[in-house]
Amino acid sequence: MSLVIGVCYAAAVFLLLQKRLIQIILGIALLGHATNLLIFVSAGLHGNSLPIIPAGMEVLPATAVDPLPQALILTAIVIGLALFGFSLALAYRCVAVLGHDDIDQITHTDSLDDSSLIDNQSIEDNINS
Amino acid sequence: MNNILILPLLVPLLTAALGILTRKKVNIQRWVSILGMALYLIVAIIMMGQVLEFDYITIQAGGWQAPYGITLIADILAAIMVLFVGIISFTVILYTLMSCNKDEFSPAFHPLVHFLVMGVSGAFLTGDIFNLYVFFEVMLMASFALLTLEGRAEQTEGAIKYVVLNLLSSAIFLGGLGLLYAKVGTLNMADISLISQQAIADDNIGPIRLAGLLFFITFSIKAGMFPFFFWLPASYHTPSVPVSALFAGLLTKVGVYSLIRLHTVIMPGEVLGHKLILIMGVATMLIGVLGAASQMHIRRILSFHIISQIGYIVVGIAIKTPLALAAAIYFIGHNIIAKGNLFLVGGIASNAVGSEKLSKIGGMWKAWPQLGIIFLISAFSLAGLPPLSGFVAKFSMVWATLESQLWWVMLAVIFTGLFTLYSMVKIWNEVFWKDHPDPNWEFSKSKSSLRLFPMGLMALIIILLGLGGGPLFDICLRAGEQLIDPSAYIEAVMRV
Repeated sequence: MSLVIGVCYAAAVFLLLQKRLIQIILGIALLGHATNLLIFVSAGLHGNSLPIIPAGMEVLPATAVDPLPQALILTAIVIGLALFGFSLALAYRCVAVLGHDDIDQITHTDSLDDSSLIDNQSIEDNINS
Repeated sequence: MNNILILPLLVPLLTAALGILTRKKVNIQRWVSILGMALYLIVAIIMMGQVLEFDYITIQAGGWQAPYGITLIADILAAIMVLFVGIISFTVILYTLMSCNKDEFSPAFHPLVHFLVMGVSGAFLTGDIFNLYVFFEVMLMASFALLTLEGRAEQTEGAIKYVVLNLLSSAIFLGGLGLLYAKVGTLNMADISLISQQAIADDNIGPIRLAGLLFFITFSIKAGMFPFFFWLPASYHTPSVPVSALFAGLLTKVGVYSLIRLHTVIMPGEVLGHKLILIMGVATMLIGVLGAASQMHIRRILSFHIISQIGYIVVGIAIKTPLALAAAIYFIGHNIIAKGNLFLVGGIASNAVGSEKLSKIGGMWKAWPQLGIIFLISAFSLAGLPPLSGFVAKFSMVWATLESQLWWVMLAVIFTGLFTLYSMVKIWNEVFWKDHPDPNWEFSKSKSSLRLFPMGLMALIIILLGLGGGPLFDICLRAGEQLIDPSAYIEAVMRV
């Protein structure tokens, strides 16, 4: 299990270091899944019965799994799905507006001298607003 | 009485819902938004009063006792933070209303701001570390949407960097949570604090420290600390003016707040290295201010200043005496107001003159001296001139470094203050003092002159914060003392 998590993390980091936006987003999604697995393991893998007190007993049997990490993962999956959806939409928007998804060319907001087309647009927008 | 604690979450949530329902009727939505924010501000003031009286307010959500249920808790620090969130959000919403052009903002703007406020206040008030993660995500979601609201090319670019780095930090946070839960078996901050104190006593702090370091990296990314700050100057100048003012005031402060919480309450003692945080704080301070000195774009200069100001606060956290923590807390409050106001003034000035680049603008003082006065008050406050709020903040920080005999840190603090002044004077000279490069340039201020009112209000708060520095600092000192000794916090959470 820890091997699976490790491979997931490694693949995610590899994808994050790629040049194309879509690979980076997939990398982040994979990172999220690796983390979910990590939380899953944090409950321990020894449990083999439901965390429900069986009829006739007062306490949980010692073999019951800890249900809390599964609830945490559920929350994390839902949040992760929403964020994944948002980043895909953002990537789509990026391609639509900028015409490429190469992150090496996305440097306009960082350059000291942003005399590019983008700045002119923003001036027009500012004047309009 | 304790139920007031749920209101800072409930009020923005309901306002946002109402805002979505009224999205087609701009006038009603604007009224709903400002009334909701006013209500939030009132709740924050009442809560502040109660916390000052009782020290802690707690509720256990759903009546489940700690550490099994989710705890909401307000100590003085949290109450101060919620109060300042109220002030800045209220003035920013007021600013958006003071415009004749009703279609300036998308109908999604007001609900998103309220969701953002809800996420931020949730992060301040929660006593459960997984809950902190959830509120981080609420806040991030709202901020992603606000950042890309207009969908312009530069916004998309800025948003990509912002989104990717913040998602990465969330994944790291979640990983830390998993490791921590595997070790301590609880998510309640007070309970974790007890267990980690025990672990220090048993000399078995390693696994908890690992999770703590992962949290530390997360919060440093969110706070914009060196070497994790690159997303901030890449994105903060791209959204519309009120959005960047809100971001400047709120988002990084959540990271800093969480760092205070982590370093004092959740993992007290020497779990995270003081030296490490101190060096990172000083580096953040210097790099931020030097980065600002090299920029020639109003809001980018201000963005780099956010980073350097974060450095001050982190230095205060690292020194970790009641005085230093109080200075850090005062600094956060002062910074939220001064920075937010500077972003508003800078944004409105550049809208009025048609560019944000210093080389292309000028002549604002002749055209609009009132705006110049408001800018001067905020900028001098940021640079730390008496009698404004920044002076109290910086003076107490220098005092705290002296008390702990950290001479080199004191020198860095003073040096950064000087360079802050330099940048502010640069903006002043270029935007307000020199003549406009285009001699035929004519200025029309009619459409936004009402906006002076919220900015003037903030300038007034800055002056009041400075003049009332003594009693206000005493409150911060109380907050600092609460943080140094988490036993009362633990007791407040754990008692039935």
